[in-house]
Amino acid sequence: MTLVKRGNLLTLVILLGLLAILVILPGLFQARVLERIAITLAINLVLVVGLQTFMGNSGILSFAHIGFMGIGAYVSAALTIPVQMRGMALPDLYEVVKAVQVSPYLGILIGGLAAGLVAAVVAYPLMRLSDAPAVITSFALLVVLHTIMQHWSAVTNGPRTLFGLPNVTSLPLAAGVAALVIVAALAFKESRVGLLLRASRDDERAAGALGANIPLLRWRAFIVSALIAGIGGALWGHFITSFSPKAFYLKETFVILGMLVIGGTNTVTGAVIGTFAVTIAFEGLRALETILNASKIFAGQVVGLTEIMLAVAMIGVMYFKPGGLFASTEIGSLILRRFNKRADS
Amino acid sequence: MQTIIQFTVDVLSLGGAYALMALGLVIVYGILKLVNFAYGELIMVAGYGLFLMNGSGLPWIVMAIVAVLIAIATGIATEYVAFRPVRAKSVTAVLITSFAFSTILQNAALLFISPRPRNVPLPDLFSETVEFAGVIIPVRNLITIVASIILLVLFALAMKKTVLGIAMRAAATQFRMARMLGIPANLIISSAFAISGFFAGVVSLLWIGRIGSVTPGIGLEPLLVAFIATVIGGMRSLQGAVLGGFLLAFVNTALNYALPQGLLQFRDAFTFSLVILILLWRPDGLIRGPATGQRT
Repeated sequence: MTLVKRGNLLTLVILLGLLAILVILPGLFQARVLERIAITLAINLVLVVGLQTFMGNSGILSFAHIGFMGIGAYVSAALTIPVQMRGMALPDLYEVVKAVQVSPYLGILIGGLAAGLVAAVVAYPLMRLSDAPAVITSFALLVVLHTIMQHWSAVTNGPRTLFGLPNVTSLPLAAGVAALVIVAALAFKESRVGLLLRASRDDERAAGALGANIPLLRWRAFIVSALIAGIGGALWGHFITSFSPKAFYLKETFVILGMLVIGGTNTVTGAVIGTFAVTIAFEGLRALETILNASKIFAGQVVGLTEIMLAVAMIGVMYFKPGGLFASTEIGSLILRRFNKRADS
Repeated sequence: MQTIIQFTVDVLSLGGAYALMALGLVIVYGILKLVNFAYGELIMVAGYGLFLMNGSGLPWIVMAIVAVLIAIATGIATEYVAFRPVRAKSVTAVLITSFAFSTILQNAALLFISPRPRNVPLPDLFSETVEFAGVIIPVRNLITIVASIILLVLFALAMKKTVLGIAMRAAATQFRMARMLGIPANLIISSAFAISGFFAGVVSLLWIGRIGSVTPGIGLEPLLVAFIATVIGGMRSLQGAVLGGFLLAFVNTALNYALPQGLLQFRDAFTFSLVILILLWRPDGLIRGPATGQRT
């Protein structure tokens, strides 16, 4: 139970404190826009921290997670769209599922479990690969998942927009899930599996020689992380209420990956701080883009500016701090260390 | 008989293009052990180069050469922006910078040109067909076959006979040792990116010859093809990349012929699942390259 360490407790207090501020702030200002941004941020937190549990501990870059986010969203959608709307939203849905309607909260959970299950089945062979082949196959996996989402009309309504999901993702729900995920990610990092996995990240051969079953360890982390991604996707689905497979592809992957990498892949703190920083910057830039388009300063539509800025920021962070803002130490331990140093001198 | 000829021509022309795509990716990977995610965008810039020269009145062949030069220049630019500053740091860092660079190029095309497809000038030859033993074959497929065979042979010779080629192969096996023997690292790496850009440029001409227009996302499919072909064939082996390219083309074409209409739209999912199966069997790919030392 190494989770109960002073450094980790302080980290939790700080990160959950940030989350609490996120919940309280929109209430103070009574602004609907602010609340929507806060919900987006909380959902992003779920997704980014979920990705961190795999990428941070195993050291393998994964592109597939947005695919699992999609699975979560679509499974929850198929189970929770009100029965009377099914005929319009999903006309070809299988008879067995057609009559089933569960509460959206259960739907979100099932969405996550489904994503975890799919990950458990498809990922086992992939976990033997390291470095570049692993990255490439995860990329291929994203393409496979995307292709299926785009063409399996019975469940996903094909490439068209799926609509009619009940809107249940409130700020407290999203933030609550995000808080749970943060605790879970830290606990996983400090668990036996997490520790062994981090050893394999730092030196694959040494860890293997000490008897760590690396593919199995990676597999467990991958399932946990896909489960979280699925829950995040389902939450997002119940927030946005209508979406198409396009939402779960490279653009979203890039944004989520950008948040994690800028913050620091190896720490939960990095994932959280990166999400906060990038989401806020992103929303600001998007607002700027809208203003530019509305004021018609430029001849055409301004599109893609936000992504370019994020890409430049990512390259900048990689130049100067290749591990991200929080490269190896969680914020709690960082503060304690500085504090102790001062006490010594 | 007709089906066999048709099938062979389809496989060879697709395979030739795929093999060139894979070679362009693997030449960089072989030396640096790093994946260039911006590779697809090299194909895109060559396409937009052609589009921008549309109506300039130049002969097509000149435009094509300029387009390939643009791809080469962008390839070298990739090295300077995304690789050189972070080369010595972590593998993930380089993957991220190249992914980010690819996003920059793609969004720049969105921002400055258009999200919609743009027509590209092509010579009439590309849309003509010939009849052979009762089979109608598009001339562009034959061009692809011939061009890819010539390029593959020339490339193989260059890697075997020229000083630069031998130096590059040496760098691919033992980079540090090669450096100690006086091979300039930066020159070798820049050349690898230039060659990669050259292949991308040629692929761009052949690929856009099939489609007829260019979009900001055009590089994605060639990039995926190159990824998959190199993973199947073996990430470190140039022969492996070529073999992987042809094998992937064979599988894709065979699925095209064999799958019923309803399942055809899932073709990519089938192909990529096959890749996963091959990796289960041989995690290093079909052809194992030379044993490698550490990256710089």
